[in-house]
Amino acid sequence: MNGYLDMELLRFTTAGSVDDGKSTLIGRLLYDSKSIFEDQLEAVEEASRNRGNEEINLALLTDGLRAEREQGITIDVAYRYFATPKRKFIIADTPGHIQYTRNMVTGASTADLAVILIDARKGVVEQTLRHSYIASLLDIPHIVVCVNKMDLIDFSEEKFRAIEARYREMAIKGGIRAQLHFLPISAKLGDNVVKDSGNMPWHHGGTLMQLLETVPILHKSGDEKEPMRFPVQYVIRPISDKFPDFRGYAGRMAGGVVHIGDEVKVLPSGLTSKVKAIMQAEENLSVAHTPESVTLLLEDEIDISRGDILVNANEAQPQMSRDLKLMCCWLNEAPMQLGKRYVMQNSVSEGTCMVKEIVYRLDINTLEQQTECTTLQMNDIAKIKLHTSTPWVYDSYLQNKTMGSIVLIDPDSNETIGAGMIVGQGM
Amino acid sequence: MSYKLTHLKELESESIYVLREVAAQFEKPAILFSGGKDSIVVTYLAYKAFYPAKIPFPLVHIDTGHNFAETITYRDELVKKLGARLIVGSVQESIDTGRVKEEKGYYASRNRLQTTTLLDTIDRYQFDACIGGARRDEEKARAKERFFSHRDELGQWNPKNQRPELWNIFNGKKNMGEHFRVFPISNWTEMDVWQYIYQNNIPLPSIYFTHERACFLRNGQWLAAEPCMKLKPNEKVEIKQVRCRTVGDISCTGLTLSKAHNLTDIIAEIAATRITERGGRADDKRSETSMEDRKKEGYF
Ligand SMILES: Nc1nc2c(ncn2[C@@H]2O[C@H](COP(=O)(O)OP(=O)(O)O)[C@@H](O)[C@H]2O)c(=O)[nH]1
Repeated sequence: MNGYLDMELLRFTTAGSVDDGKSTLIGRLLYDSKSIFEDQLEAVEEASRNRGNEEINLALLTDGLRAEREQGITIDVAYRYFATPKRKFIIADTPGHIQYTRNMVTGASTADLAVILIDARKGVVEQTLRHSYIASLLDIPHIVVCVNKMDLIDFSEEKFRAIEARYREMAIKGGIRAQLHFLPISAKLGDNVVKDSGNMPWHHGGTLMQLLETVPILHKSGDEKEPMRFPVQYVIRPISDKFPDFRGYAGRMAGGVVHIGDEVKVLPSGLTSKVKAIMQAEENLSVAHTPESVTLLLEDEIDISRGDILVNANEAQPQMSRDLKLMCCWLNEAPMQLGKRYVMQNSVSEGTCMVKEIVYRLDINTLEQQTECTTLQMNDIAKIKLHTSTPWVYDSYLQNKTMGSIVLIDPDSNETIGAGMIVGQGM
Repeated sequence: MSYKLTHLKELESESIYVLREVAAQFEKPAILFSGGKDSIVVTYLAYKAFYPAKIPFPLVHIDTGHNFAETITYRDELVKKLGARLIVGSVQESIDTGRVKEEKGYYASRNRLQTTTLLDTIDRYQFDACIGGARRDEEKARAKERFFSHRDELGQWNPKNQRPELWNIFNGKKNMGEHFRVFPISNWTEMDVWQYIYQNNIPLPSIYFTHERACFLRNGQWLAAEPCMKLKPNEKVEIKQVRCRTVGDISCTGLTLSKAHNLTDIIAEIAATRITERGGRADDKRSETSMEDRKKEGYF
């Protein structure tokens, strides 16, 4: 049993155009990894029969709410879980339909890897670029391009290679940063999903499952070289007989590592102190890594509250500015208004800001930059300039996702209306 | 050497982060405590999140009056140990005061009635965030549930109008009268929960382990032959070796024939079983979308 208690966690997202076979692929992964229970299977068999399907429809396994069932499409991000003896997986399943850029952005925000589906008969299409660009924009380290429905093109190596070449060309033009992997599969028949394919002896790249089980999980390596970041979430003050003077700073490590004795600086105040203790409930640690939740105790009594960031005084410091440039995805039906006051929030801080300028809006299908925009609609992606009412402590998104991401909230409706990835300072 | 976090550590860290966000963003949060293993794990995580301070929320138990005695004993001991405050919302009281009507017949269950009692309790104590132990892997309608799930002033859930949740940023803003349901263990599976209980030695109510019990078989499912259950003429009571895989109201808690008497046995059993834990719950079987319908009304 020991092997099962120390698995790693891989989060991935899936994208493809409607009918490329995404639901079938996820159903296949769950089915062939024996993650489907009898009663779920029975329910799907019955639902398949009710709809007049002859074979069991694996896509129904991942079908969620009633509205979708009626429309026959997925409409939001749904999360699925399965595990093998090596890893536990969380799939953020997002729909491929044109107006759902926002769902893919949401699903991609927490992913370590993106599976992008291509219908082998159609090859690289406009939406393939869009999905890849979003994966890259959200800085997902790995993209796995699954060329699906190989059974419908006679498992042809030549056609597969042509699609791969076409994709690589597009990725270079589109500035896609992720590490790329290519797999010829048939989700429906199972080739190269969990089981090796007897139909494609020319393929030596293994199965999708093998890749998912072994690909290095980059951002979670607790990189010693990455500068320490500790956003303070909550101050623990028991005020009890046993702990009369206890003052602990609770939070989740958002970058690098922290050791007892490290000299830390509090931002934005700039005050410094030393780490006296690192606690995880009753347990005392000598070191904490990203992304552990811990409680830090400092040598000195200084004024620290929620929203402050603790950093190592001897490492690279975050930036601080009231003028930020970011890549933004608009998430709401209400269009963006220049000059309107919005709330901006990251994992622990909150502030007020306004959008000063839309530098350009991106045509997500061609990556063409359109200037002179004055508003953004739902699903638009744009580069914008923000002005904040107080200085914002940040790292660029590419340096640190937690320190470089924000959401925009409409104070009138309280809804989350925009997602932003900080590029840097910008007047 | 690069550092690796195990899946259980990562899940724990994420859940503690969510619980601390609740404490930071809301004024009157509460933990919805059913006595089931999931709410026990959530309570344990809350203990860890705020140590050495006490959990800054009360535990709220919506009591159907049809409980396994072991669950209540366990609940009272836990509350004492944590020094927590317990608030009980009583379904019996909702029936007595005419807020809800008791169902009749063999399939009568107080499960659905709980929703009214729950919403009344939230209203009475003005809770603005209710922390639950639901997991996304339990049921399809839950698969798209957010960590912070917004409820309108009637306590209802609108699956079409959920706030997008990106990275680890949780938007808990709301108007007067609205509240949130928060699910810190959204990303855990049944197996994760059991492994975590094992790894951390978390005590559980004895009904999770094998014991002899008077049971009867209905639609292929063993149920407890307690006084609140009405038997059909052809159903007969037998003594069986059983345990619960999930614990709720007696009327909808299926019992598993099992000899598992410790956590290692249970984990081995679950690794081998081919039925989901909700497969044993009569409340989900009513229709293909029953969970979704109940959630919209304001159910857990
Ligand atoms: N021949 C063949 N058909 C497939 C394959 N994968 C999916 N399909 C079919 O393509 C259709 C769309 O699949 P579905 O999974 O619903 O697509 P989604 O819209 O991307 O989720 C269904 O009729 C599937 O049976 C495949 O590998 N080969």
